[in-house]
Amino acid sequence: MKRVVITGAGTINSLGTSVPETLEAMREGRCGISELEFRDVERLSIRIGGQVKNYQPETRFNRQQLALYDRFTQFTLIAAREAIAQAGLEFSGELAARAGVVLGNSGGGMTTLDDNYRSVYEDGKNRVHPFVVPKLMNNAAASHVSMEFNLKGPSFTVSTACASSNHAMAQAFQMVHGGVSPVMVTGGSESMLCFGGVKAWEGLRVMSKDACRPFSANRNGMVQGEGAGVFVFEELEHAKKRGAAILAEVAGFAMSSDAADIVMPSKQGAARAIKGALQDARIDLSEVGYINAHGTGTAANDKTECAAVADVFGAHADKLLISSTKSMHGHLIGGTGAVELLACIMALRDGVIAPTIGYEEPDPECALDVVPNEAREAIVDVALSNAFAFGGLNAVLALRRFT
Amino acid sequence: MNITDRVIAIIAEQAVLEPSDVTLDSTLKDLGIDSLGLVESIFAIEEEFDISVPFNANEPQEGDFDISSVRSIVSGIEKLVKEQS
Repeated sequence: MKRVVITGAGTINSLGTSVPETLEAMREGRCGISELEFRDVERLSIRIGGQVKNYQPETRFNRQQLALYDRFTQFTLIAAREAIAQAGLEFSGELAARAGVVLGNSGGGMTTLDDNYRSVYEDGKNRVHPFVVPKLMNNAAASHVSMEFNLKGPSFTVSTACASSNHAMAQAFQMVHGGVSPVMVTGGSESMLCFGGVKAWEGLRVMSKDACRPFSANRNGMVQGEGAGVFVFEELEHAKKRGAAILAEVAGFAMSSDAADIVMPSKQGAARAIKGALQDARIDLSEVGYINAHGTGTAANDKTECAAVADVFGAHADKLLISSTKSMHGHLIGGTGAVELLACIMALRDGVIAPTIGYEEPDPECALDVVPNEAREAIVDVALSNAFAFGGLNAVLALRRFT
Repeated sequence: MNITDRVIAIIAEQAVLEPSDVTLDSTLKDLGIDSLGLVESIFAIEEEFDISVPFNANEPQEGDFDISSVRSIVSGIEKLVKEQS
C-alpha cells in the first residue's frame, strides 16, 4: 500500500483567511466567535457564531462566479486555492485524469436556500434566480474545485453531518493509499450561518448563547462556525520525486456507526472508531501525543468523548493532550474536521498544541489534560482527529509526524 | 381545559399514554420521555401557550424552568403564561 502525505493546506474560517493566520490565532488562543451579523438575526435567541467577518467575496471572484457560488462554495475555493498553491501542483495529462476531489459538507447552500425561500414565501415573489439549484446542491463546491483545477478523477461530496470532512478525508486517503490516484484534494466546508440555518439549530436547544466551553464544567452548548479546510493528499513517492514540502503523514483512519440514537453520542461507537484508527495505522497507544477532540461543548458529547478516550488509552489517557479548537472557531458542522486537522498538523510539524479556550471549571467527567486556555509546546509523533456526528456516524483520522 | 389538563394532554401524547395515566407526581423518566422527547414536548408547550420556555438541554437543572415532575412543569408554565401574556 502507498504511504500518504499532506503537501498542501488551505482554509478560511472565523480565525483567519489562510492557514498561517488560523494557526497564529490557535497559538494565541484567540476566539473567533462573535455577534452574528445577517438579516433577521434579531429574531433568533442564539446570536453568536464563528462567522467569517469583513469578508469581501468580490475581491476573490468575478460577477459570473458570484452568481454561481454559494458562500460554502466560495469558502471551499478560497481554501483549495491556498492548498493547491502550497502543494505546487498543476493538474494536466494523466495526473489530471486520475486526481479528484472529495469534500465533506452537511447543509449545502443554506444561504441560497434561505434567501430564495424568503423571496418566494415571505416576499411572495413567483420567480427565483435560474442558478438556485446548481448553487445549493451539496456537491457544488466539489464540482467547482474540480473545474477550477482540472481534477478529472473520482470526485464527490460526503455528507455525514459533523463527521462529513473526516469521512471525506478518509475516502481521499483510501484512494491514494490504494493507488487509485497519486493525488486527491480533500477536506470540507460549511456555511449555515443564516437565519434559517441557526433557527433550525436553535430548535434542538443544544446551542450556547454566550460561549463554546468544551470540557469545562459550566459548558452550556455548542456554537456554530463557518468556513472551509482543504488539503492535498499525495502519495509519498510522488511528493518526494518532485521535492514537495511535506506537512504530515496521514497514517490511517477508522469509521464506525453507533446504530443507536439519532442525536445522543455513544461511548462504544466513539471508542471503536478511535481504536480502529490506531489499528489501521499500526500505531501503538503510547505513541499518541495529541487528540483534536470532537469537543462540541455540549453536556453529552464531551463526557462521552472523554470516557471513550479513557477506555481506549487506559493509563496513557492521562499522558496525552486533548483539546477542542471549536472553542475558537466554533463548530463548522460538515467542514469542522477539515479546519481541525490544521491543529493536528500544527502539533506534529510545529510542536504547538492548540488550546481549549473558555475553560473555566474542571469537570470530573472530563478529567483529561484538555490544554486549557493557553497553547502548549510538546513534541508529538502521532495525532488523532475525532469526529462523532449526529446520527451516530464516527470517523477518526490518524496523522504521523513526517521526518 | 385548564393549563394543567393541556400540559398533561401534551405530555401524554408524547409518552403515547392516556391523559389519565399521567399524574402530577409523574416524572418524565416514569413516563418514558427521553431528552429528545423532552425537547419535543417543550416545543409543543410553547406552541400551545404561545410562550417561550427557557430551556437548554445541556443544563436541564439550571435556570428557572424545573422539569423534575409534571407538577413542576405545570407550575413553571403557569408562571411563564402570566409573565408573557
